[in-house]
Amino acid sequence: MQNYLEFEKPLAEIEGKAEELRAMARSSDSMDVADEAAALDAKASKMLDTLYKSLTPWQKCQVARHPDRPHCRDYIAALFDEYTPLAGDRNFADDHSVMGGLARFDGTPVMVIGHEKGSDTKSRIERNFGMARPEGYRKAIRLMELASRFGLPVVTLVDTPGAYPGKGAEERGQSEAIARATEKCLQVGVPLISIIIGEGGSGGAVAFATGNRVAMLEHSIYSVISPEGCASILWKDAEKMREAAEALRLTAQDLKQLGVVDRIIAEPRGGAQRDRDAVLNSVRSALTAMLKELSSKSPKKLIDERRKKFLKMGSKGLAA
Amino acid sequence: MNWISNYVRPTINSLFSRREMPENLWTKCPECGTMLFHRELADNLMVCPSCDHHMAFRPRERFAALFDGGIFVEVKVPEPVADPLAFKDQKKYPDRMKAAQKNTGEAEAMLVAEGEIGRTPIVAAAQDFSFMGGSMGMYVGNAIIAAAERAVELKRPLIIFSAAGGARMQEGILSLMQMPRTTVAVQMLKEAGLPYIVVLTHPTTGGVTASYAMLGDVHISEPNALICFAGPRVIEQTIREKLPEGFQRAEYLLDHGMLDRVTHRRDLRDELISITRMLCGMGPPVKGDLPAPVGTTEGDDTKDAAAKPDGDDAG
Repeated sequence: MQNYLEFEKPLAEIEGKAEELRAMARSSDSMDVADEAAALDAKASKMLDTLYKSLTPWQKCQVARHPDRPHCRDYIAALFDEYTPLAGDRNFADDHSVMGGLARFDGTPVMVIGHEKGSDTKSRIERNFGMARPEGYRKAIRLMELASRFGLPVVTLVDTPGAYPGKGAEERGQSEAIARATEKCLQVGVPLISIIIGEGGSGGAVAFATGNRVAMLEHSIYSVISPEGCASILWKDAEKMREAAEALRLTAQDLKQLGVVDRIIAEPRGGAQRDRDAVLNSVRSALTAMLKELSSKSPKKLIDERRKKFLKMGSKGLAA
Repeated sequence: MNWISNYVRPTINSLFSRREMPENLWTKCPECGTMLFHRELADNLMVCPSCDHHMAFRPRERFAALFDGGIFVEVKVPEPVADPLAFKDQKKYPDRMKAAQKNTGEAEAMLVAEGEIGRTPIVAAAQDFSFMGGSMGMYVGNAIIAAAERAVELKRPLIIFSAAGGARMQEGILSLMQMPRTTVAVQMLKEAGLPYIVVLTHPTTGGVTASYAMLGDVHISEPNALICFAGPRVIEQTIREKLPEGFQRAEYLLDHGMLDRVTHRRDLRDELISITRMLCGMGPPVKGDLPAPVGTTEGDDTKDAAAKPDGDDAG
């Protein structure tokens, strides 16, 4: 059962009609609907192409948050072997919104860390909708440190609405945990590759995504604030999220132009949620390529390049 | 305050305003409501004399009170690209900038300076909450990097006074990128073995708290300053619960281990002098107000020598 987004309604109607026709044909032998159904399919396919070729920034936000998109868990399961989760921050707790552990990518041992949003009500609650608490960032710090000591490349998969705004999280130093995680990203003497697979929400994302290479899926987003949050502050109306999404320049395409991301990973027709295997494969080849680019660099060079990259970021602006 | 100060002062104020005097001679303390004469308030470092409420302290005034004899040299901050995203909400970003510049008389939300405090050479940077909520965009990032680079160049400690609502949304992702950028600046100081002290003032929130403001060697806050990542309103909406009194205030953070000290503004200068001198291995400070150092000029080598552990720091 396909979950349609609001802007996909016309598409849902056509695909629904085609489905209905086929169902009717199945119940009576005399009916021949093949041609008609095929025509509808063609129409739907064309509409899907057009829709996804010109997604507005707000539509991209909806696609990036689509519940059927592959999540961190799916990428780890599909792209890595021998995944061995490592838990806990050694201080307070294990944060289930952050997955992480040792794994092999193409035979090479790496440390993989990512936000996991969950895929049904139960797992979403368990994963806190991908919103990490300080323990999550501290677990990531610990794993990055471990990777650095043993020379394993770090791969981060970013997919979070943001850091969790809760009472306990604040008490236990959410800000400090994020600041230290960003600092750790800048310190590790191993390749750090970040892939934004869905939502890159503010500081909660930066803490994982201060990498030598930052890649984004074609329809993912990366922003300082959610469009809803921005709208309620600057427009004093959370319903102006379309305008805010537009103004924030949060799409992969704009961020590539700004020099904030290094690479855009193409998604299948109609978005990652329509063809998981295809998107998993594109991420696999992008990751292979990025690891290869960085594999021969010395720890010092990796640290230096990472720093320089961030120091010079933003010096150009959008050539609008 | 007695009835005279409560009653007579506003009357005097209204008399004066009729004679076309500037209207901001009097400030009402937002905490206790006392009307405070501007000179009295300024002499008291913008702290209410009746209830000790710490009001916003603009960078220039703060530096005038901090540096010996009020003398400091501004450190130049590289200008970033203006309006990098061509951002427009209900107003255009350049218009908001112009309005902020007009209201504050400052070019941007951070001031960087070098000078001496108690004959201790330092570099300091202060964020201006009155300039678009002190928000951190490219300029503030550049300012912190410039401050760190200057501190490394002169081998001096860096003191940052933070005050911000967070990142500047009008610069979108580039404001977010100031988190790693300013973190690199902090790393430069640490690698050079220089003290980095953060004074968190009201309010310090969002991406600012989650980057350079929480990476200090020593964290000091002014009393009752709001310090948080997510603001109390956002949390209340999320957890649908009323937050306890004093939540996310300086004293609360002190209790939860996020700060080293909560210090009254009148004691802050002496404390900063003590801490920086001890961390730099210098002798005990000369207390009290000091006249401006003789011949303070940018890059004056004789003064810089004092920052070295074996330097002559008698002043």
